[in-house]
Amino acid sequence: MTRKQRRGVLIGTCLVVLGVAVGLVLYAMRDSIVFFYGPSDVAEMQISPGQRFRLGGLVETGSVERGEGTTISFVVTDGAKTLPVTFTGVLPDLFREGQGVIAEGTLEPDGVFHADNVLAKHDENYMPPEVAAKLKTKGLWQGDSEAGG
Amino acid sequence: MIAETGHYALILALGVAIVQMVLPLIGTRLRDPQLTAIAVPAAQAEFVLIGIAFIALMTAYVTSDFSVANVWQNSHAAKPLLYKISGVWGNHEGSMVLWVLILALFGAAVATFGTNLPRQLQANVLAVQGSIAVAFLLFIIITSNPFTRFDPAPFDGQGLNPVLQDPALAFHPPFLYAGYVGFSMAFSFAVAALIDGRIDAAWARWVRPWTLAAWMCLTLGIAMGSWWAYYELGWGGFWFWDPVENASFMPWLAGTALLHSALVMEKRDALKVWTILLAIITFSLSLMGTFLVRSGVLTSVHAFAVDPARGIFILAIMGVFIGGALTLFAWRAPLLGQGGLFAPISREGALVLNNLLLTTACAAVFVGTLYPLALEAVTGDKISVGPPFFNLTFVPLIVPLLIAVPFGPLLAWKRGDLAAAAQRLMAAACLALAAMVLLLAFNQRGPWLAPFGIGLGVWLIMGALTEIAYRVKLGQASVSEIWRRLGNLPRAAYGSALAHAGLGLAVIGIVATTAWRSEAILALKPGETAEIAGYTLSFKGVAPRQGPNYRERVALFEVTRNGQAVTELMPSKREFTVERSGTTEAGIHASWRGDLYTVLGDELNDGAYTIRLYFNPLVRLIWLGALVMFFGGAVSLSDRRLRVGAPKRAQAKAAAVPVAE
Repeated sequence: MTRKQRRGVLIGTCLVVLGVAVGLVLYAMRDSIVFFYGPSDVAEMQISPGQRFRLGGLVETGSVERGEGTTISFVVTDGAKTLPVTFTGVLPDLFREGQGVIAEGTLEPDGVFHADNVLAKHDENYMPPEVAAKLKTKGLWQGDSEAGG
Repeated sequence: MIAETGHYALILALGVAIVQMVLPLIGTRLRDPQLTAIAVPAAQAEFVLIGIAFIALMTAYVTSDFSVANVWQNSHAAKPLLYKISGVWGNHEGSMVLWVLILALFGAAVATFGTNLPRQLQANVLAVQGSIAVAFLLFIIITSNPFTRFDPAPFDGQGLNPVLQDPALAFHPPFLYAGYVGFSMAFSFAVAALIDGRIDAAWARWVRPWTLAAWMCLTLGIAMGSWWAYYELGWGGFWFWDPVENASFMPWLAGTALLHSALVMEKRDALKVWTILLAIITFSLSLMGTFLVRSGVLTSVHAFAVDPARGIFILAIMGVFIGGALTLFAWRAPLLGQGGLFAPISREGALVLNNLLLTTACAAVFVGTLYPLALEAVTGDKISVGPPFFNLTFVPLIVPLLIAVPFGPLLAWKRGDLAAAAQRLMAAACLALAAMVLLLAFNQRGPWLAPFGIGLGVWLIMGALTEIAYRVKLGQASVSEIWRRLGNLPRAAYGSALAHAGLGLAVIGIVATTAWRSEAILALKPGETAEIAGYTLSFKGVAPRQGPNYRERVALFEVTRNGQAVTELMPSKREFTVERSGTTEAGIHASWRGDLYTVLGDELNDGAYTIRLYFNPLVRLIWLGALVMFFGGAVSLSDRRLRVGAPKRAQAKAAAVPVAE
């Protein structure tokens, strides 16, 4: 093999691998990214049942109810709109009424958000940035005092 | 007084680092040996000064000096000593001091032990290290001073985030940083070579031990982080493709590629330009990891500090170093010249394939990690890219690499014989296929790809054994000859075989846990029993208990299997009094089959408790594999050949300036 041919093999392999990688990334981008919405977004948009997304907001005070067995239902609010959520499983340590929460799952035809994963803030001062931003746009944000670090 | 000493030492260190950055560079330009020689004592002095600052901060923590703001924010008198010490780096300011301390340690090591390096290269390397130290010391002194005082001093501190009060996490940051910062050596050597416009095979030999040491630390650091997430976060998972995890994984992928390309450069004087570029990229990814975690652009357990000023400062540091190095690369790299020729099927070719797949996989992780940030900055849309994305992109790119790994060491340099290598690997392939077929036949559930994944792990382990067997002529030579050959085999050969086998173990663990995990979420009342994966757990009830700085509610499970008592598990929920937050402590029973993992949830209205049970088959192999990879690196590092070209050690020691430590 000449030097030129060897270089050709090298460049060809690189192009094939890169092409495959770009294809995989584009394909995965289309199918496996998850958008983040607040209850108001959900009310405004037509979200097809079965589409996964993340729902963020505050757990409405007094809305947490324990149902059959390990199923829990609560209401997520951003001040303007609310959305009922059901979840089966163990809630995070810091899941509390009136605090920020992110739930991941799908909106079912009955208008209830079925979460299969619930994330709560990790400490007293933590607010998921998406939640903070949504609350800011709704004028519900109280204080940036912790943001100074 | 101690805090002020630390602060003063930090500022002095900045002065010394400026000297270390400027004078040796002028010295090498002017060919002035005296100016050049300043690099060595400067690097040693910088290490001593930053060491003093670090010890001062640690003293403030251990003695609970709450007049120091940093101690007040992150510590508490009632905290156990281990966490008082680990509290030093469990926060933004302290962790940055640790960062520069490790940077200075590597610099001082090159100054002290790098006596076999050409003077000019050593001076340039230390000057580049000095410039990194200047940037980060400025960052600490201007935006993140750990020695700020309160007057009057508060009575007691606020405590450390409870999820961070854990032995594995106490040692996770030092190892992770040793990895990140260790790659700065490769970076400094690369930039020094570009400044000189000269590079040769010896350069690769000098860089390799430092890169290997950094890689080992990063491997262990990532494994510890994953181990901690597994048992502390209570989700039973070992890897979440969280941006913070990815931030440490990307330098690891690039660093692994760098280790292999430096091998080609050392042995065959090829891939020079690529190796230099890879060294720059690896450290750039380390800087990016620091930026992502420290700037607060990602919000996660690690991103305690939410301060845009700091973020912009680190972004500027990144811009200067990455941009500067890449500009220098574009300007000087054409001077470095062409490397040796090799056929596509050869050891070099295999290592090029390794590099190609590792860097492409790294790029896929990069896109998945940064795309949400970029999209939010541009359109304001908020998305999250989770495990499905990485499973779809990373896994298909890394599987061909795993298939190719055993071939690499069996191919000859320059021109290899693929058919001969395949023949030698026949036994390994048969074993891997047998494992696959057995699993397919007896496996009732789980994805059909899982047996393939296990087969891949077996293939990697058997491939590593095949390499050793081939090199000692197992089955061909006499027993005594094999013994002799085993003894004569270079340690680097054992090291790489160990590292590849460790990779195989980790693959088996990852595949088995992902595919065959059992999970159950139950509402249990005391006295009831639950079953999972052949275990019977009888729930005895929940009792309160007092810990050193927390209260907890502990559940008791008696675990039996086929009627025989196995163990008692006590998962608990802890409430930390000072920090007013809690953690979930999983109860885990480890066996060779896998881990039985129990989590205590909330109390329900009717006296029952939410209980989460997992059985994670073979999960420990993941961390065992990482540990084996670490030891593989250590064995390789001890190889005499990595130090070939070094003059006699005694002579080298005598020539070095003694350093006060």
